Amino acid sequence: MIEIKNVTKSFAGRKVLDGASLIIPDGMTYVIIGRSGCGKSVLLKHIEGILKPESGEVIVNGHNVSKSSEDELNELRMKIGFVFQGGALFDSLTVGENVGFGLIEHDHIGQQELLERVEEALSMVGLGGIENVMPSELSGGMKKRVSLARALCINPQIILYDEPTTGVDPITADSINELIKSLHDKLKVTSIVVTHDMKSAYKIADRIAMLYRGKIIAEGTPEEIQQSNHPVVHQFINGLAQGPITETVEPKSVLDKTQKVHM
Amino acid sequence: MIANFFIKLGQKVISFLYFLGGLSNLAAQTLYLTFSPPYQRRRIFDQAKRTGYDSLLIVSLIGMFIGMIMALQTAVLMQRLGSEMYIASIVAISLVRELGPVITALIVAGRVGAAITAEIGSMQVTEQIDALEAFATNPVKYLVVPRFVALSLMLPVLTLYADLVGIFGGYAICVYRMGISSSMYLKITADALFYKDLFTGLAKTVFFGMIIAFVSCYEGFNVEGGAEGVGKATRQSVVISFILIITADCFFTALFYFIFP
Repeated sequence: MIEIKNVTKSFAGRKVLDGASLIIPDGMTYVIIGRSGCGKSVLLKHIEGILKPESGEVIVNGHNVSKSSEDELNELRMKIGFVFQGGALFDSLTVGENVGFGLIEHDHIGQQELLERVEEALSMVGLGGIENVMPSELSGGMKKRVSLARALCINPQIILYDEPTTGVDPITADSINELIKSLHDKLKVTSIVVTHDMKSAYKIADRIAMLYRGKIIAEGTPEEIQQSNHPVVHQFINGLAQGPITETVEPKSVLDKTQKVHM
Repeated sequence: MIANFFIKLGQKVISFLYFLGGLSNLAAQTLYLTFSPPYQRRRIFDQAKRTGYDSLLIVSLIGMFIGMIMALQTAVLMQRLGSEMYIASIVAISLVRELGPVITALIVAGRVGAAITAEIGSMQVTEQIDALEAFATNPVKYLVVPRFVALSLMLPVLTLYADLVGIFGGYAICVYRMGISSSMYLKITADALFYKDLFTGLAKTVFFGMIIAFVSCYEGFNVEGGAEGVGKATRQSVVISFILIITADCFFTALFYFIFP
């Protein structure tokens, strides 16, 4: 289980997370939605322990991430796979070396087993046989898949996806959604997906939470979110140009209305 | 107007102190991780090759021309005094004590330091540094330690090579242009140089190597924005390295002047 309790985080004086709280049960595909730059990726990086909260707590599988020692944190990180927005593949390494990176650095397994694990991970994302290709030769969609294979190769219990369908064509986006669903069904991992692509969110989510102004303002099943009468949620999920999100001064009534749809 | 000046001055001082703090923090972490297992032998070797072997051509060219220029410039004065024989000793001492170490360090700061900042900076903006952390890999251990060790070890080696090539440049001018005999040139060079000249020249390059490693890596880690940020950090890395190398050289020259008068 992942518990995010009243987490705050600022960058250059701007509060990106302002008391965000969320509980994510094991084995669930949880989608966090929100506008670009609202702090979704920052929230994911807190779960991974890449960023530390200024206040509040992030507890993953019973470990308080912000209070863990470097060794404890590293042990935890090897149970979490992170699929970065642009792939974040290491330019200087081949696809095979990228996918096996976690195992090469930490598990010290034999060469044969390493090759098998890399091959298996690449096959799971439908990219078998590209071990010797350099990341610069891959398309955006392929990079995301390789990044997913790299995350899968360490046999994670949790997979964090940062905007998995952003910047790819609709067909590739749908195939990535299918992949996330099938991996979740097959591996029974907890998946946390950050996105602003509502089509993707409805397709893969067991539950959806919306992050707005540093707080989780709504949480529920895809159906509950779709039927939400919260003005901010309504504007966002329907992609409306007019509404409380785009108003310069936030009406007090809207700020006061940041109750959970279902918690 | 005056208030603005002091505000800007204060901001500059704060940002300089912030830079010094960050650089010291990185240096302390790097030194600690350098001596903590597991050791990064393969990556150190790769970086040593990039720093040393791949810089040989540019160091050869510049070292040779510096030696030749030194010989030609001193020849003007020495011929007037009828002391052409001393050109060899002036070239050797200037190169080994001062020009070899400083010029080599500046070449490496421009060639290798800039590349390190650009590489780490690009990794920073494309989240590759975050990816290292996500895979439980310390970015300082993985990226900085091999570059720090390689630069600290290879800069003295490159400097020694630049000294030799530079002396050969002076030799070429004196022997083939001015008609000084080859054996005489080599004898005067050998007589002019003492171990302390070689030691003081090479010892400071270890520190120059450390300066280049810390500054270039620090600037890379602190890149903000996209390609523009990488360009800005790369430029800053080279400028700061140059300034710190010359400042450190001044300090070491004064120090060695008092230790080995």
